[in-house]
Amino acid sequence: MRLLTHNVLRSPMKGVVEGYPLRIEATDVQMVESEVKEEFVKHMATTLDWGALCKAAAEVGMPEGSLPPALTPELLEDSSFLEALHRVLMDMHVVEGTLVCPETGRRFPIAEGVPNLMCTEDEVR
Amino acid sequence: MSRPELQTPPELFYNDKMSKKYNSNSRMVGIQAEISDRCIELLNIPPGQSYFILDVGCGSGLSGEALEEAGHVWLGVDISRDMLDVANERETDFGDLCQHDMGTGLPFRPATFDGCISVSALQWLCYAQTSEQVAKTRLLRFFSSLYATLKRGSRAALQFYPDSTEQAVLISSCAARAGFTGGLVIDYPNSTKAKKYYLCLSFEHGYKTPAAKRAEPEGGAAAAKFDGGSRERRGHRGKPKKGKVAKTRNWVLAKKDQQRRQGRDVRDDNKFTGRKRKDKF
Ligand SMILES: C[S@@+](CC[C@H](N)C(=O)[O-])C[C@H]1O[C@@H](n2cnc3c(N)ncnc32)[C@H](O)[C@@H]1O
Repeated sequence: MRLLTHNVLRSPMKGVVEGYPLRIEATDVQMVESEVKEEFVKHMATTLDWGALCKAAAEVGMPEGSLPPALTPELLEDSSFLEALHRVLMDMHVVEGTLVCPETGRRFPIAEGVPNLMCTEDEVR
Repeated sequence: MSRPELQTPPELFYNDKMSKKYNSNSRMVGIQAEISDRCIELLNIPPGQSYFILDVGCGSGLSGEALEEAGHVWLGVDISRDMLDVANERETDFGDLCQHDMGTGLPFRPATFDGCISVSALQWLCYAQTSEQVAKTRLLRFFSSLYATLKRGSRAALQFYPDSTEQAVLISSCAARAGFTGGLVIDYPNSTKAKKYYLCLSFEHGYKTPAAKRAEPEGGAAAAKFDGGSRERRGHRGKPKKGKVAKTRNWVLAKKDQQRRQGRDVRDDNKFTGRKRKDKF
């Protein structure tokens, strides 16, 4: 699971108000380098929940200050920033761990990089 | 032969054996690739843009491969872990996966995706698999959650196999109830084999569904254009620099095979196997 994916996830449980960000408890995090997609990252940047991304970066063990505290229009024009953002969004993978719903505490396992958000009809009705 | 949707739940039908078979049938691969390309075309994305696309019922990642070739980043959702495992083995650079039942409502934040495609999956929602499932409720949950999670102005193109006109109408009417405009595009309506239904959805009032393809594709069935090799050839495009990684990966895979033969407990292979790791950012 990429941090990009984590950033767009919302808890499927019924009755949640915001439902995100889900807390990450990671036991295996890997970085797999991919070709930088600068235009994509720039396009996505404004869709991200920045606070959630900073929190997620800390939860997967990235050092504090890996990301600026807020996104500014100037940063979006800065190639080296976009590359660094690409590394965080696209290259950091939570391979094993658990996602936790911030409101209900429901736990969703991540195995071999794939989060399992399956829930029963009862949990969503 | 009666439809698989009537017999088994999808997560059991698309089991390990079926998932592998699905992916190694080159005729099937060709058809799915062509449908995927058509879905992407129906999204009408400005040329040269690299967008974030949701792939619902992504299965073994064939449609994801088409999205990637078109330059997009995608997130695939599927209910079958076995299908996802096959997708996970693919060397995708810009895809990611998530296990989920679309009938329980998509688990994503509002206004997130630039488009959604789905290839041959939607009809599964018309069949209640357990006594608690109600088809219409599940369709409505799916479409309302899709409506919420798509960015305003984006589109969805969902190809599916209805087993009756009523079913096609049920699906379309649930999409409309969720707030979407649009409708069905039926390609090759006069061919029993090549005929395909695409539900094209938009946020625009007065959105006119795109024109259907009428003339039969050359050689009859849509599959004729593709053979097993064409997909592979396409796969090489724009993917340089893989050589080095592949070598170490193959080495790791061979090593693991050897250990398995020795009866040792070895982890399953996936796309992280033998890839460059960096613990610290
Ligand atoms: C015919 S396969 C198509 C797979 C892929 N899109 C392709 O073209 O190769 C249908 C897929 O839909 C998935 N599916 C069925 N019901 C689903 C549900 N309720 N939620 C998510 N995926 C579902 C199945 O697991 C299967 O992988």
